[in-house]
Order: sequence, then C-alpha cells, then structure tokens
Amino acid sequence: MASDQPLLEVRCLVKHFPLKKDLIGRGGGVVRAVDGISFEVREGETLGVVGESGCGKSTTARLLMHLINPDQGEMVFDGAVVGSSDMPIKRFRRQAQMVFQDSYASLNPRLTIEDSIAFAPQVHGLPHKESIARARDLLARVGLEPRRFAERYPHELSGGQRQRVNIARALALQPRMIILDEAVSALDKSVEAQVLNLLLDLKDEFNLTYIFISHDLNVVRFMSDRVMVMYLGEVVEIGDSESLFQAPLHPYTRALLSSIPSMDPDQRTEFPPLQGDPPNPINPPAGCRFHTRCADAESVCSQRLPKLVSQSHNHSAACLMLEADSGHRKARHLLSQ
Amino acid sequence: MNTDPPFVDVRNLHVNFTGGRKPVPAINGVDLQVRRGEVVALIGESGSGKSVTLRSLLRLHQKRHTQMHGQIIVGGVDVLGLTDAALADYRGKVASMIFQEPLLALDPVYSVGAQIVESIMRHGRVSKNDAHQRALSLFERVQIPSPKRRLQTYPHEMSGGMRQRAMIALALACNPQLLLADEPTTALDATVQIQILLLLRELQRDLGLSVIFVTHDIGAAVEVADRIAVMYAGRIVEEGPAANLIRTPRHPYTLALLRSRAHGALTKGSRLVTIPGAPPDLSSLPNGCAFAERCNFAQDECRQNQPAAIALSTNHLVSCLQTDATSNVVALA
Amino acid sequence: MNLLRVQSDASKVMALPYDRTPGYWQTVGQRLLRDKVAIVAALVILLLLLLALFGGMLTPSDPYKTSMLSRLKPIGTANFPLGTDELGRDMLSRLMVGARLSLFMGITPVILAFIIGSAVGITAGYAGGYVNSLIMRTIDVFYAFPSVLLAIALSGALGAGITNSLISLTVVFIPPIARVAESVTTQIRGRDFVDAARASGAGAFTIVRVHVLGNVLGPIFVYATSLIAVAMILASGLSFLGLGVKPPEPEWGLMLNTLRTAIYSQPWIAALPGVMIFITSIAFNLLSDGLRSAMEIKG
Repeated sequence: MASDQPLLEVRCLVKHFPLKKDLIGRGGGVVRAVDGISFEVREGETLGVVGESGCGKSTTARLLMHLINPDQGEMVFDGAVVGSSDMPIKRFRRQAQMVFQDSYASLNPRLTIEDSIAFAPQVHGLPHKESIARARDLLARVGLEPRRFAERYPHELSGGQRQRVNIARALALQPRMIILDEAVSALDKSVEAQVLNLLLDLKDEFNLTYIFISHDLNVVRFMSDRVMVMYLGEVVEIGDSESLFQAPLHPYTRALLSSIPSMDPDQRTEFPPLQGDPPNPINPPAGCRFHTRCADAESVCSQRLPKLVSQSHNHSAACLMLEADSGHRKARHLLSQ
Repeated sequence: MNTDPPFVDVRNLHVNFTGGRKPVPAINGVDLQVRRGEVVALIGESGSGKSVTLRSLLRLHQKRHTQMHGQIIVGGVDVLGLTDAALADYRGKVASMIFQEPLLALDPVYSVGAQIVESIMRHGRVSKNDAHQRALSLFERVQIPSPKRRLQTYPHEMSGGMRQRAMIALALACNPQLLLADEPTTALDATVQIQILLLLRELQRDLGLSVIFVTHDIGAAVEVADRIAVMYAGRIVEEGPAANLIRTPRHPYTLALLRSRAHGALTKGSRLVTIPGAPPDLSSLPNGCAFAERCNFAQDECRQNQPAAIALSTNHLVSCLQTDATSNVVALA
Repeated sequence: MNLLRVQSDASKVMALPYDRTPGYWQTVGQRLLRDKVAIVAALVILLLLLLALFGGMLTPSDPYKTSMLSRLKPIGTANFPLGTDELGRDMLSRLMVGARLSLFMGITPVILAFIIGSAVGITAGYAGGYVNSLIMRTIDVFYAFPSVLLAIALSGALGAGITNSLISLTVVFIPPIARVAESVTTQIRGRDFVDAARASGAGAFTIVRVHVLGNVLGPIFVYATSLIAVAMILASGLSFLGLGVKPPEPEWGLMLNTLRTAIYSQPWIAALPGVMIFITSIAFNLLSDGLRSAMEIKG
C-alpha cells in the first residue's frame, strides 16, 4: 500500500574522505564521516537528527541532497532509486530541498531576494514572469511583505528574515521533503521561536516532510515525531521522539540527554555525563564506536559491532547490552526471554 | 548581611559607538554590582548590550570610535581612568576574559604553553622555569589530560573542549580576581558544554573568583550563576537571584523569553509563544521603555517614561511600571 | 561544531524605506565618487585617454619632422616648449602622440588577458579536482618565469613589431589573472548559495553565469587594472630593447631608448618619457586601489 511505503529510504550509506599523505608517507588515513547508515523517513513526519561534532549529520544532509556522492549505498525516494532512470537526479531535486545554517552565505549577495527565490523555478522551465510571481507569493507566505522585501539585497535583512527567505527559496520548487540543517541554530531565541512556528505552519499547509538536524535537543524534541541519534558516522538509536527522550536506550543517548542544563537552580548538574571531547572520525574505535567512553563497556564491546535492533514498536538502538546473544553481561537477562 | 563593598561596581555606564553614520548608544545606563566570589550571568539577545558591557570592563573597545562615561570600579581600581600602561597591568592580573571561539582568541603561531608563560612573565618577575611550572599546574587544574605534552601543542591541534580549557588556563594564569566569560560554551557540543560549565563552577569555588558570564542560553546561566541579570536595548531590565528570576520573573521581557523556549513539556503540534515584533534599532530608541512596543502589558505611561529600577525584594530588581500585572503570570509551563 | 552568534544586526530591522535601495554596483559607484584620490586618478587617466584619441590633431608641431639644426634644444625654447629630441623633433608633440601607442600597448594586453585568464581561471576554480590541477599546473609553468624574461623571450621568438609584442604581453599576463580568477572562484564555489543552486538542479553553466560571474568578475577586474601599469612598463621595456614599436613611431618606451645618449647633455629631456610612464602607472594603480576599497562593502 502506498501509504505504508516510506517517503525516503536510506540504505547503507557510506562516505569516506581520504586524507592526503605528505612526501614521506605520514598522514593519510580516512575520515569515515558516514559509515553505513540506514533509516527511513515517513511521509508527513519530522525526523530529528541529533549528534555532536564528528557524528556525520552534516555529511548525511549533503549526501541526501546529492551535493556529494556516496561511496556506497543508495537512496530510495517514493519507491524509486535516486539516480536511476525512474528518478533522475534533476527530478529528485524538485522533490527534496535544503535550508542551510548560515543564512547569509546561503544567498547570493549580488541577487535581489526575489531573484534568488525565482532562480530554481526558472532552471526547471518556469518562465521568468511566473517565477517572480511565485517568489513574491512565497515571500508573503513566510511573513515577509513582498513590496518591502522582494527587491532588497541579502545584506539589508536581519538573520531571521534571511532565514525566512531561505525557507521560501526551498519551497519554490514545491518539494515534498525539506532538510533543515541547523536552520535555526544561528538565530536569537525569540527569532528562533518565530521561525519554528513558521516551519510548523508551512508543514501543515504544504504537507511537507522534514528532516530536522540540530544540536539543540529541546528544539528537536519539540519539532520531531521521530528522532535519530548519530555517533561517529553511525546511527546509535532511532525512534519515537517521546519514548526516546523519556526512556533512552543507548548509553550515548542517555549521556547526551543528561547533558542538557537543568533549568532548576536548586537541582544543578553535579557530574558531567561524559568526559572529554567527541572523538575524531579518522580512526574510530574498533567494535562499538562508543565503547571508549562508555561506563558499561566490556571487552566484547571492542570486538563486536552492535546492530540496530528494534526494542519496541518504533524504537531501535544499537548496543550490545540490548542484544541477547552478544556476550555482554547486561544482555544475559535477555537470553531467557 | 555582607557589608563589604562590591568587587565590581558599575554605575550609570553609557557606551556610544560613533563609527557608523549615526552614533549608536549600545549601553544606556547600566548599574551592576558583583561581590567577591559571586557569579552573575548576563542574559540577552543580539543588540542587548551584554557583550559590550563585558568588554567595557576590560576596555576592549576601539578607542577612536567609542565614548564611555559613567563609573567602573573593579577591586578599588577606577577602570575608566586607567592609563594605557596601568590598563595593561590590570588586564590579566585583576580581571581577565575568556571568549566564545578560542581559535580566534589564541595566537595560532605559538604553542598554548608559550602563551601562558608569556602572560605570566609579563605580569610579574617570575623566572621562565617557574612560569612553566605554573602553566603545568594550571593545565592540571583545568583537567587537560597529559598536561605536560599538551603545553607544547598549538591551538589548532586541540579539540574544541580542550581549547576552551586552555583558554581558561590562560585567563587564570596571573591569578585574576574577576573572570569575564563571553559566551564561552555557545560553540561547544552539549556533552562538552556541561563539562566546561561544571569546571567553571568548580574553579570559581576553589579560587573564590567573581565571574560575569554572558550568554544567550538561559539553561547555561542557571547552571553556573548565583544571580542573573537580563538585558534589553542596552539596559538591565531585571536582575535577581537565579531561583527568583527563573521561577518568578516579573519583567515582561524575561517572562516572554522564558515562555518562548522550546522544552519537553510542550504538547506536540502546539506552537511556541513568541514575542511579537523585533529587537529595536539602537540608534533610534524611543523615549519610554524600549520594550513597550512588543509588550503585552504596556500602558501609556510605559511609552512616555523610562521605568526606574524597583526593588521587589532585597535582591530582586525590575525596571518596569507594570509589575503588579506580571505578579500572577506563570513563567514556565 | 562551530557556531558564532550572528552579530547584532538589530539596526537593520527597523522600518525599511519603501523605495528601492541601490544595488551593489551603484553603491560601489557612490563610494568611489567620495574617494578624492581615486577621482583625481580617474581624471588623469581620462586626460591621457583624450590625449591618446585626439593628441594627433592637437600637436603644435609635426612629431615626425626632423631637423638636424634643432637637435636637443632645451626645455623652454621658442617653438619647442619641451625641447627637442636627438633628431630635432618636438618633444611635446611626440609625447602627446606617444600617448596613443603607449596606452594602447598597456591596456590592450590586459583586456585580452582579462578575458582569457578569467575564462581559464573560472573554469579551473569551478570544476575543481582533476581539471583544476591540470589547468593550474600548466599555468604555473608560465608563472614561474619572470615576466620580463618571458616577454622578451616570446617577443624574440615571434619577432619585433606591435602585434607580436601585444601577443607576448597578453601571454605574460594570462597566468597571474588566471590564478586570481581561480582563487576567487574557488572561494565562491564553497559558499552555501552555490550549493543551494546546485541543489535546485541547475547545470554548471547556469550556475557560473548567474551566481559565480557576478561575484568574481569584480575582484578579478580590480586586479587586472593594477596590471595596466606593469603592462605599460613592460611594453616600454620591449620597445626600449627594440622588440616592440619600431622607430620613427613615437612611443614612450622607445623614446626612452633613443634618448639614452642624451642623458649627459639634456637629462631633463631624456627623463620626460619616463615621467609620462610614471604618471600613467601611478594613476592606474591609484584608481584600482580606490576601486578595491569601494568594492569592500561589508553587508
């Protein structure tokens, strides 16, 4: 049935970046930015993606938009493999669009606002006049009065206004899915609230599907139906937003969620959940990539790769403690089940 | 009741920037007192003047295009009246600062150890060996692993969290009594941010530092601060103990700020409560309260007169004429 | 993850005027008009260009008429306000007519090199990767030669004459312009708005035309204008060595050459063509500096 089919299915996506060696062969190595991730996005939902530096979420966003090519793996959009004759890349581009973090760098400083928005429709064949008309209509929809803003230049707008323009630009091709890569991260909190509300309104109005990448866990919880947690190029947990936030399964997710500052001055955090910085994806640890920082790590964790296993309806995690036959002491109780 | 004079005593501070076409009054009459060993957080958004206030305490603004008047007394020193030579002594020894992006604040061509040693030797007659020892102990204090090796590394070779720790070590090198922190954790990952916040709290306790911590993140402020001051359009609109401010804020802006936060308890599909309008243009501020045009509680008197600071309790000050109306509003859902 | 808070742009949010604000190039023009040094330089260049165009008609005497009796007359002689050269020709007239060739030899190679160098550099910059390496390493081979030597070698190989010197000078200037073009294009290429344009399905040519050109041609042009002075000096050098303009055509560099022997008897006259080259170089440099400052508008 068409409605059961996910809108986007990502299968085993891999992207490595080789590092150059110098003259005597030092250096080299490979940045394993994304190391075999698979997930799906259902139509009409918002999938939140969280993770810290080096987790690969930005690379994933660029892979999804085909701004960089994967080394392995494929994407299936609406049942058709992206890049195949059923869904050539140019056609895919009309289905999926992206809003970037830096609102100023995302706009050509030499083009007026309406020209920036009208560019994409023109590329796809819409005549100039209609493209401009659509651009002005979209400006109104995102809350920017066309008479005041259409013929302005990006440097004349504030950060929040520019981000609205970027959202209008993403909508210009009438896509079905929009990837928001830290789209509100650089905005002031009060402006952020306005833009988040706008995104929710637009989602309802245009029946959009969002992939919402952010480092702000509170915002992700608010915006997302499901959440995916990434660590060092892999998916460690994915599931329904509320159950993930209330009962996280993976030790990293638990640590991440308890890093959120408490808003209670009498109940301040006493100990940091994790020590040290997120590691570099150049030489990731063997086995479970989190084992070097995990309080529950055992020797088996450096030998076996955990698989993403479904723990309950709509909640999966990749941890040996949750795999019955992994050999981890905490998993033994699962054997009897 | 502590009757010592405050360590930091800022009164009626005004800072104008004259570089552009119109003069911009970035700070419009700020009063701020910080006791010894107290942590005060300055919260606000872009244009509120929080960073400008902080930088004024070290006189980091360009001399040419900045006019400052008012009073800034830190540890008995009249900061605004210091000569350049005295200012160089004051910086680092009495007050020092850590910044949001260490890569921009640290010199990329010197190892971090060399920079700390240089700072120590600049401020006192210390031998190089002793300075090096001190740098090592500082690195241990800020919990940098393998400190001896790390003293030789360059800023770009360190990870974000470690760089921030190195910068804290550098700031503490000459035993300042006042630490100024300008959004030090904004650019850090969540798990690193909480480590740095806790480190700052621990150092502050151990060394008895006074800290002024500027941030836009209320959560971070609550984790470290004893008192919180909220700034808007170059003025402090509310200040008080962290618990009071978070649980019973009385200024409409503070209320609105707290209510517009996204947090877990919101129901799916609901919208955030937003503050209508946009921050004001600092070069053309209205006569009355700068927040009035965006305020749900504004009355005519608000638009005509600058509200003076009212003391709601001993430590809780609000600059608002409508505090009766805000006394019953719930801040956090 | 590096997030720098957006600097305060609250001042921009207040009610924007209804009518249109000027675009980028208009703003550049306005700023340039306020730069007094650049205005003076521009006026000087304008005078020189007028001289080049109309000088021939305005000369007081015939620039080609020789007179063995009036050789090397000093400055201020009746009928010869700036003296005469070693063949008795009026210096003022020769200097005026010389403007035409000297400016032509200075500006033309730069224009040609600008067109070719930009095309090469922008292609290399946008393509990136293997294509970029191929193009730029080839360019580097030429760049390795000092420009004077390269100009002389090429001229020598092609033979003397105006056309050949133009060709050799153009070739000399293509590598530096291509380098600047590649560098600027690579910077622009990495900006998010180019990625956004790629993400909207536009092809490479469209993206270069709409998004890249408008942002790179300005800086490349400014760099190119700073090369005009160098081109003039190189052209003069080539003429000085006998590889460029042939006598009796008046060209400042050639005049410097032929007046060499007069340095001991009439040093001021011998220096005059050099003074003209000097003035022109300075004017172009100052104008290009002014243009560069005017273009650095922080949004």
